Amino acid sequence: MTERPEAPRVSAIRPYVITRGRSESEGEPLSWESLVMTAETAFPAALQPEHLAILEHCEGLISVGEVAAHLGQPPSVTQVLLSDLLRWGLIVTRPPIPPAERTDVTMLRKVLHGLESCL
Amino acid sequence: MVSKAASETLTEAAPPPAADGKYLDSNVSGAAKILVVGPLGVGKTTLIGTVSEIRPLSTEASMTRAGARVDPYAGDSGKKTTTVGLDFGRLTIDGDLVLYLFGTPGQQRFLPAWQDLAKGSLGALALVDARDLTASFDALGNLEDLDLPFAVAVNVFPTGPRYDADDVRTALDLLPDTPLVICDARDRASSIRALIALARHLIDLATESS
Ligand SMILES: Nc1nc2c(ncn2[C@@H]2O[C@H](COP(=O)(O)OP(=O)(O)O)[C@@H](O)[C@H]2O)c(=O)[nH]1
Ligand SMILES: [Mg+2]
Repeated sequence: MTERPEAPRVSAIRPYVITRGRSESEGEPLSWESLVMTAETAFPAALQPEHLAILEHCEGLISVGEVAAHLGQPPSVTQVLLSDLLRWGLIVTRPPIPPAERTDVTMLRKVLHGLESCL
Repeated sequence: MVSKAASETLTEAAPPPAADGKYLDSNVSGAAKILVVGPLGVGKTTLIGTVSEIRPLSTEASMTRAGARVDPYAGDSGKKTTTVGLDFGRLTIDGDLVLYLFGTPGQQRFLPAWQDLAKGSLGALALVDARDLTASFDALGNLEDLDLPFAVAVNVFPTGPRYDADDVRTALDLLPDTPLVICDARDRASSIRALIALARHLIDLATESS
């Protein structure tokens, strides 16, 4: 981690430039609570600095919202860049629990017990 | 889409959390979210801050000016900037499930922003200020419109009236099975108990529907 050059000051670049004019990723954007992590692959040398900066914040499992916060970037920009990385196989994601599972009693009980153990 | 509605930059209130708390345990297999809604000054940021295991992240941007107009208690609670937009906190459950708490203002005009947030969320905790029940009408109405199950947590402020659960229920026109709890958002156990009331309610609903 310390080996790599210092992360570029991404926040100084206009979001529009960073995403090359795309304001939205193709397909559904990753939601804020989607979990992402770098894949166990070597990064291509020619990666944009903005993509590299993201990868440096994804060395462990982390949510999209937190990546955006660490970068000081609008979440929408982070979502676009993460979609690129996902498409290129450079990150992996664990999608959030789908809405249908709102009625998953087992999962809800787990939430309840987890909360109770916080007391 | 969340991406469009939340165009501000997420910022951290203070220095970033230590790297060892930054990442989730790799055993975490899924994420769920709960919304925390209510009018400005009700205690959303406070509650998420007390519950979250990370320093909560929040948007404190352009909406501050608009918020100042509709926050009659900004003076008496001593806050200079009103946090408007999203608060974002995290709680790992049982080592393999992570719960995200999203705090979002309740006004009607923010409805588009939270339609997307509501998508996929388990339910909501609606915070109510005992001094001004009417301020929560929009938030509760939005939850009903979105068909999102919720529990109500009443935050009691020192200058407020004596709290009476029945009066609050009537004033807010709550369904008999909607949980209503008193909560001090500054206290972790109290805030967790409010979330527990919500979790129990969600289990009841899920058990009924199956
Ligand atoms: N007495 C009391 N004060 C609270 C409570 N929750 C929040 N506060 C205070 O109310 C003010 C506004 O809270 P904040 O969390 O910023 O409200 P938000 O606008 O909903 O995010 C802060 O000064 C808090 O310390 C509560 O449950 N009881
Ligand atoms: Mg706030």
